[in-house]
Amino acid sequence: MSHLIALKDITKFYQMGDTTVHALDGVSLTIEKNEYLAIMGPSGSGKSTLMNIIGCLDTPTSGIYLFNGVNVSEMNDNQLAKIRNKEIGFVFQTFNLLARSDALHNVELPLIYGGYSSSERKRLAKKALEHVGLADRMHHKPNELSGGQRQRVAIARALVTHPSIILADEPTGNLDTKTGDEIMELFEELHEEGNTIILVTHEEYIAEHAHRIIRIRDGKVEGDEKMSKRQRALAGVSR
Amino acid sequence: MLQYLLDIKEGLAIAFAAIRANTMRSVLTTLGIVIGIVSVTLMGTAIEGLNRAFNTSIAKIGADVLYVQKFPWAGQEDWWTLRNRRDIRMEHARAIDRQATLASTVTPIAANIVNVRYGSKVVEGAIVVGTDEQFIETVGVDVVLGRFLTPLEVSGGRPVCVIGSEIAENLFPSENPLGKTVKLNTHTYRVVGVLEKQGSLLGQTMDTRVYVPINRYFKEFRTFRGGIEIWVKAMSLEEVEDTKEEIRGIMRKARRLSPGAKDDFAINQQELLIQTFNAIGGVVAAVGLFITGLSLFVGGIGIMNIMFVSVTERTKEIGIRKAIGAPRRSILIQFLIEAAALCLIGGIIGLIIAFPLSLIIDQVLPTAMPLSIVFIALLVAVLVGIISGFLPAYRASRMDPVEALRYE
Repeated sequence: MSHLIALKDITKFYQMGDTTVHALDGVSLTIEKNEYLAIMGPSGSGKSTLMNIIGCLDTPTSGIYLFNGVNVSEMNDNQLAKIRNKEIGFVFQTFNLLARSDALHNVELPLIYGGYSSSERKRLAKKALEHVGLADRMHHKPNELSGGQRQRVAIARALVTHPSIILADEPTGNLDTKTGDEIMELFEELHEEGNTIILVTHEEYIAEHAHRIIRIRDGKVEGDEKMSKRQRALAGVSR
Repeated sequence: MLQYLLDIKEGLAIAFAAIRANTMRSVLTTLGIVIGIVSVTLMGTAIEGLNRAFNTSIAKIGADVLYVQKFPWAGQEDWWTLRNRRDIRMEHARAIDRQATLASTVTPIAANIVNVRYGSKVVEGAIVVGTDEQFIETVGVDVVLGRFLTPLEVSGGRPVCVIGSEIAENLFPSENPLGKTVKLNTHTYRVVGVLEKQGSLLGQTMDTRVYVPINRYFKEFRTFRGGIEIWVKAMSLEEVEDTKEEIRGIMRKARRLSPGAKDDFAINQQELLIQTFNAIGGVVAAVGLFITGLSLFVGGIGIMNIMFVSVTERTKEIGIRKAIGAPRRSILIQFLIEAAALCLIGGIIGLIIAFPLSLIIDQVLPTAMPLSIVFIALLVAVLVGIISGFLPAYRASRMDPVEALRYE
């Protein structure tokens, strides 16, 4: 009951022509509030499927998913949309900003679907953009921003509803190393402020920023290790 | 409720941004709706014009005047049977004049076609009307120059005439017609009056007529069978029906019809004409609007087509919106609004084009684009948008967010 996220025997099968693909094959794990964990695995391991299920973008074929004690594995589309809106903040590899809207409107978007008034939306979106250091870029469109700035806008969008978890799928995948490090520092700060962060990546050095690494292979949990402070220090990220 | 308003507001912003981003495509798609709205509004305007033309015409036929004629204005009787009826004659007019208690005026009317000549000028195909002095009161028309026929002139069959305004204009462009002599075919008449301009009744101008005493008419212009009609003005509008019955009785007696026999004459009134016109006009309007409505239907298909393209193109955007929590309803509303906005713009452009065209129609039919048509056209445009946008919008709203996000 006290777990933020509890997965029990989650499976996900896809029918691909004649063959059934077992993308997830009995995954069980729990995640607590204010954890900072990474889900790692090679491509095709099922980590994206796991992320989609944790992010309520998809429902499992079987198994139970409790989010804050609520069973979301049997929810319909609109109920899932509500959970995504209120409880989950997504950060994607390709940023996924609306190209025709400026930074402020992009950040406002979740609030629109959350039913906030216009003035409240503006206030919260501005605050979130300030938080990620883009106070002077509010009215820039995505194509007028650098990759790192775009990802910051996406992070502001994820933060603006104060979600229970921030789900980041290869957030540095489209960024150069230096910008990627800056983004990882931002995640570290967000974690220290009390946010729960789930990172999905296939790169070891990115995963090592997290405090816990869950390794996925062939649709199964292969390893679940806590990173000690020392290990993280060796990876050169702890302060 | 608030969420709906937010959805609609956001939907409008997205719709206009999307339309602006694809200006050329939007314009071409909208063209179908523009053409549809133009044709429907012009058809509506033309129908309105027909109605108005009829109503102004019909207003000239007094509602309190009964027309005793051989032919009824409406009905399915065989034409030959009607044609072979006995003619209506002066003695019938005299009988009505003597016996009717509810009639205020009784006027015999007989007409033929003549050429009216004055000097070298001529009006061909004018209508010579033989009548009596009560005509002016029955029809309720004014004499602008001179006077109408006097009882003495009528009973004496004097060679005098009163001319319509168009004849006066054509024969006497710069002269006073009073006292001049004109030739009706070969017969000489003196002009004693000019009637006011009356315009046309059901497409026939009333202003190329010449009125002469009916006795003289019989001598000089009598047609082969020499039948007349009798126009009777009722004492009051309320008593029209009673007057009609009274005249019917007098006519039956005068024509010696046995009690079981059918009337061999017709008593016509405005009411009949209105009924007939409404029946025909309704069918014409329905068929016309249906046919022009088809173009709107074609326009709607164009909108549906482009909305499918738009939805597919923006799969990624739909995925993003869904990922951050847009419910199906919001996505549905977003695309419905986009389709409706496209059509509304088409409707407005259509009206802007149709308005000057309606002024051209106005040259032929007295009409104006009615305000109701403007509203109906805009409403129809929006409806077309919502209907044709529904399927694409529904498809968008049902998209799987995972698939949609993967779309490039």
